[in-house]
Amino acid sequence: MDVKKIDKTPARLDFLQSISGVVLAVFIMGHILFEASILISNEMMYRVTIMFEGYYFFGETYPGIISFLASAIFIIFILHATLALRKFPASYQQYKTIKEHTKRMKHEDSSLWMIQVITGFMMFFIGSVHLYIMITQPSNIGPYASSYRIVEEFMGPLYFMLLLSVIAHAFIGLYRVALKWGFMEGENTELSRKRFKFLMRHMIVVYIIIGLASLAKYTYIGLTHDFSDGVQYKSETIKIGEHK
Amino acid sequence: MSEAEAVRTLKINILRFDPNDPDDFPHMQTFEIQESAGMTLYIVLNEIREHHDNALMFDFVCRAGICGSCSMLINGRPGLACRTLTSKMDANITLAPLPLFELIKDLSIHTGKWMRGLSERLETWIHEQEQTRDIDMLEERMEPALADEIYELDRCIECGCCVAGCGTIQMRPDFVGAVGLNKIARYHLDPRDKRSEEEYYKLIGDENGVFGCMTLLGCEDVCPKDLPLRSKIAYLRRMMLKVAL
Repeated sequence: MDVKKIDKTPARLDFLQSISGVVLAVFIMGHILFEASILISNEMMYRVTIMFEGYYFFGETYPGIISFLASAIFIIFILHATLALRKFPASYQQYKTIKEHTKRMKHEDSSLWMIQVITGFMMFFIGSVHLYIMITQPSNIGPYASSYRIVEEFMGPLYFMLLLSVIAHAFIGLYRVALKWGFMEGENTELSRKRFKFLMRHMIVVYIIIGLASLAKYTYIGLTHDFSDGVQYKSETIKIGEHK
Repeated sequence: MSEAEAVRTLKINILRFDPNDPDDFPHMQTFEIQESAGMTLYIVLNEIREHHDNALMFDFVCRAGICGSCSMLINGRPGLACRTLTSKMDANITLAPLPLFELIKDLSIHTGKWMRGLSERLETWIHEQEQTRDIDMLEERMEPALADEIYELDRCIECGCCVAGCGTIQMRPDFVGAVGLNKIARYHLDPRDKRSEEEYYKLIGDENGVFGCMTLLGCEDVCPKDLPLRSKIAYLRRMMLKVAL
């Protein structure tokens, strides 16, 4: 057998898909928790916001940092979507086959993959909208600005769909990546799988509850707050001169 | 009344078709069978052939889950008829031949032909270096733990359940499937096989091989021999990535 040349690309593509997915999932786990700071107080959410704008490092805020981070996430997002497209059904025939197979099998993990395809497809669109706004309007993040966007700019329904799809996709994805590569697999492989599945299910529930609660709080602020004074939050304790 | 209720009447719906008969077309046929104690689907099928329709075709040899002949779709899921107790099922049972394999007739399929093709494609035999062959030489010793590990994978009976349970191979029939990857894992473990990592990569290092697996885990969950298929596929994936890094 000629062994001189092997095509290393398929291995690298598969690994890149997994690793980019893990990076995005870890990002989302942080994202949902940081935005949930609104559940503590408006002031808390404001402080988290200016932390990401570099206030605690430079003494003033640079929303450009948010644009930069959002752009980096967008690039990883596009990379992950491109790599994941390899696995999508490529024709109606293939789609019909996998759909009938899943229906016939009544098998949880096969169905989980279908959820990944559907939520992934949804996020091509709604994820892109969200990321583009974060890149172009980085200074419009805060207890009032975000609430304004959710209520007055009708982003609420989009965030609701994005929340459900991204949480399901992230944790099902982490579960599948762990099994795909045998991550932290014990002697009893069945038990390892059961534990990962337990973790996946509970994380989905916990994160959806946290995410929905935050979204409800932003919506409440958006409905009750008087925006005639602008959308920027004015902190009692932190005064930033240059910040618009 | 209560005695009559104690014995269930099973309704067995079978997908029947003879591809060699130009007048035949795929259709469902229902048979009613009185359930008996300890009844398996294998016994049910024999009952049907003996008392209802002697033209019904299905495969069997060992009736003990060793030969892998009686694999079929049982209520949509692949499994062995001889290992399926009717007492654990609803009285309405649907049987169909495994998809993907060449249909001979009714529930009888040509798994052997497919498996032979797979073996040739993946070269599932020990590759040694020709010049070292000496028939008087003692076989190299092997650690019992390793021998056990290899034997564990050798328990595969090639029934085809993992192939029929795999969504990936249904969509992309060129995918090797768990049965093929399990065999490669078995030879990869074996120190007598002198193939290099690159040679293995050539066999399975693409999207028809280990990198095509979408981790739907149907294979592992329907395997009648409970082979550690997922864990072995993960092992190969890591090995093959190491070659490519």
